[in-house]
Amino acid sequence: MTFQKFLKSNIVYLDGGMGTLLQARGLLPGELPECWNITHPDVICDIHRAYFDAGSNVVCTNTFGANSLKFSDDELSAIITAAVSNAKRAREESSSPAPKFIALDIGPSGKLLAPLGDLDFEDAVSVFAKTVRIGVAAGVDLIIIETMNDSFETKAALLAAKENSNLPVIVSNAYGEDGKLMTGASPEAMVALLEGMGVSALGANCSLGPKQLSAVAKRLVAASSVPVILKPNAGLPKSVDGKTVFDVLPDEFADELSDIIKAGVRVVGGCCGTTPDYIRALTEKTRSLSPVPVTEKNITVVSSYTHAVSFGKKPVLIGERINPTGKKRFKQALRENDMDYILSEGVAQHERGVHILDVNVGLPEIDEVSMLKGAVAELQAVCDLPLQIDTSDPVAMETALRRYNGKAMINSVNGKEESMREVFPLVRKYGGVVVALTLDENGIPETADGRFEIAKKILAVAKEYGIDKKDIIFDTLAMTISADGGAALATLSSLRRIRNELSCHTSLGVSNVSFGLPNRDAVNGTFFALALQSGLSAAIMNPYSADMMKTYYTYNALSDLDENCAEYIAHADEFTLAPATTEKASATAEISGAESELSRAVVRGFKEKAAEITKELLKTEDALEIVNREIIPALDTVGRGFEAKTVYLPQLLMSAEAAKSAFEVIKSAVSGAEKKTSKGVFVIATVKGDIHDIGKNIVKLLLENYGFEVYDLGRDVPPEAVLDKVLELHAPFAGLSALMTTTVPAMEETVRLIKEKAPWCKTVVGGAVLTEEYAKKIGASKYARDAMETVRYAEVMVSK
Amino acid sequence: MSALPLLKSFSAPPICEKEVLRYAGCREADENILALLRSCTEEAAECFTYNVCYRVCDLSVSGAVCDFGAFSVESETLSQNLSASSRAIIFAATVGTGIDRLISKYSRISPARAVILQALGAERIEALCDAFCREMENELGGRHTPRRSPGYGDISLSVQHDIFSVLDAPRKIGLSLNDSLLMSPTKSVTAFIGVS
Repeated sequence: MTFQKFLKSNIVYLDGGMGTLLQARGLLPGELPECWNITHPDVICDIHRAYFDAGSNVVCTNTFGANSLKFSDDELSAIITAAVSNAKRAREESSSPAPKFIALDIGPSGKLLAPLGDLDFEDAVSVFAKTVRIGVAAGVDLIIIETMNDSFETKAALLAAKENSNLPVIVSNAYGEDGKLMTGASPEAMVALLEGMGVSALGANCSLGPKQLSAVAKRLVAASSVPVILKPNAGLPKSVDGKTVFDVLPDEFADELSDIIKAGVRVVGGCCGTTPDYIRALTEKTRSLSPVPVTEKNITVVSSYTHAVSFGKKPVLIGERINPTGKKRFKQALRENDMDYILSEGVAQHERGVHILDVNVGLPEIDEVSMLKGAVAELQAVCDLPLQIDTSDPVAMETALRRYNGKAMINSVNGKEESMREVFPLVRKYGGVVVALTLDENGIPETADGRFEIAKKILAVAKEYGIDKKDIIFDTLAMTISADGGAALATLSSLRRIRNELSCHTSLGVSNVSFGLPNRDAVNGTFFALALQSGLSAAIMNPYSADMMKTYYTYNALSDLDENCAEYIAHADEFTLAPATTEKASATAEISGAESELSRAVVRGFKEKAAEITKELLKTEDALEIVNREIIPALDTVGRGFEAKTVYLPQLLMSAEAAKSAFEVIKSAVSGAEKKTSKGVFVIATVKGDIHDIGKNIVKLLLENYGFEVYDLGRDVPPEAVLDKVLELHAPFAGLSALMTTTVPAMEETVRLIKEKAPWCKTVVGGAVLTEEYAKKIGASKYARDAMETVRYAEVMVSK
Repeated sequence: MSALPLLKSFSAPPICEKEVLRYAGCREADENILALLRSCTEEAAECFTYNVCYRVCDLSVSGAVCDFGAFSVESETLSQNLSASSRAIIFAATVGTGIDRLISKYSRISPARAVILQALGAERIEALCDAFCREMENELGGRHTPRRSPGYGDISLSVQHDIFSVLDAPRKIGLSLNDSLLMSPTKSVTAFIGVS
């Protein structure tokens, strides 16, 4: 019998702890347990056999930490091959009559993936791929990925397993007491990610005892359409009279798991502290239970690295602002690789209340593949909303989906053969909910019937690719009523039919309906209401539109989707008033009436106020005049205060941010109209091996304030990459930051390279561990104690 | 040495605003800064976890070498600190990845907030270490030396490898070490304490 078949109709018993038993047999603290596959094969085999004898159906190979970060290729191959052979021997020697399978065990790499750590996603995939290939060649029945406390690393391991084997893969994560993974994912988010990528079972193990993990297990059962695993610890380790003991004993463990099996968990075993006695108690106590059938949950759901967003109950808002169409300022940001601008658009929409961010960075003159990949990674570093990958380039789509931490929304596929052939395999491989446009080779049908037929065709083809209809959301295409008075009715009527007759969810790019009309928001808001009433599940929309937000909140309140009208009440005053400033009244009063309002707003660090005043001033004054008369002197006041130690770093930064928001207003107003004047180009980076970047970002902010053009390479940047950018831009300055003594050598190497290959470029170095003396020693042009000193130095150098 | 690393979780120790301001480089704070501090504290409140994994082991110090059984460390700083102790606590503590995410978010869109959050993270991890040390003093009794970490004085940063492997820190508390011996999450501490 195959594992898959056995899993379908039985309760599956896994094994218990390994590490605890090895320590009892003499494994020393710090010694690698995987080596025992070779040095102590009999011990490993004994333990496996004891688990099979106790009733385990699946024994996990002793390869938890067997990966290429810890072992050389030859060692790895020998260890995993020996591990599988130990498990096979145990299976042959066991007297248990139960079906017996061997799982290749894959634990975390021991490193944290970027952006939180320094392990690159693709490197992680390669690390796991090696383990998978060796294990599969040695002959296992399935792969278990376990104890993962990070969703991104889980995805890397799962991708490696799927790309290098056809075996069933089961995945179990380590949840903390807060019911989340260490890096933030909820059980529902993990179900979305894992089911989307086709796991055979998913669940929780390690970290806690059965009682503490039961809530997580129940949430997994409620969300998952595949069997759920629970493999808890024997409670918590405690030190009693110098001995380590776990506080849940076999009988209690079995009782707890028995209740959890009755609640629907189908795959059970033990983790740290459990022994064959625990598994024996468990199998004996639960043998007579009948497995609870696993039901199809039919949830249309996307996820981020923290949470899931499901469709169907409340309308889902998808923010449309990360898109260059018709936005001059956004296009400029894309051309200049100004990622911070894109990130602020994301964060601001989040604050306005959207649930998903659409990400479209396509522009003919830029490399969309790398831009989209970068934007997705950077947005996921600052914002925990699920993303909608919006591109017509299948290569960009795949690159972004691969890197996406969660189950993404995909925009879009349509009824054309070519589109479905390109997009569906990606949905199948990486998971995702795909927006399907009801158009095909013949264009957009005018009638609802025509669009409905295309929807049916798309569903049929999706099925051939193994994609369930719950993972398809139809967009029946809003067309402008200024060209065709019946356009909105056709859209709404096809929407109703798809919702009612196909039971599929729907989404609309609402604002197209008003194209060519004055006061478009008014039309959009009403159309949105009609669409919601027709069963619309989601809208791609502008969250800054008061009309749209008004419809959203009022619709929810009127449809019993907003308990006590709480959300409506919280936002009610936003629909009628101009956007409120967040500064306190007293502060505003203090500033108004002053001779130079903008200067004071900058000095006091009032971001919104500074932007507002600048907007006003621009109506009557020249941009350059505003900068020279107001902003620069204000910055200087604060800068001098900082140097004199009467102003502290956070105050300096609040002012700098206020100045930046004023500059941003000016930039939007004159965007494209004027050629930029720059005092000089700064290439800045945190050096290789170092992931601290606050200091670097502070320097960047201040340099930009003072009129320098800054090219930010980010953190953990190899010396060659800094040099390449310096050469490309013929930059007169390179700013390097290092926070750790261990990364100063990387800084030294970068300085050396620049001196050799770009001798015109001044290197400015800084960071917690650096000193004047050290900077001299590594040959840097300048040691800057803080950001102001960098600015002053650069100003002196350019004036020479 | 205890057979397995042990774990302790703590509830949030009270926040000392003065300490946070000190880490942020503010000797005094006007109402703007205080408002910023409080808004950061509020935003970050939910993101901290307070976890420690540790082992207690027998210790012998001879000359500059401290022998912890599973590994030994050669360091004047550490041997002076531990010379009167017969046992040692080796621990790793972290306040989790949430604060790193917030710092990295604001480091891109509002460095002023990032600086305050960074300071808050520093204050939180120190408060966690203090809470852990107090609890160990109550539990084990005896005299406890001040904690000493790799990188302090002449204690080599490479000692991190040994600490991580005996504590199984990645698995126990999700703490990992990168190639530069930098810890992720960054608001984390590893240290030795002598017990006599």
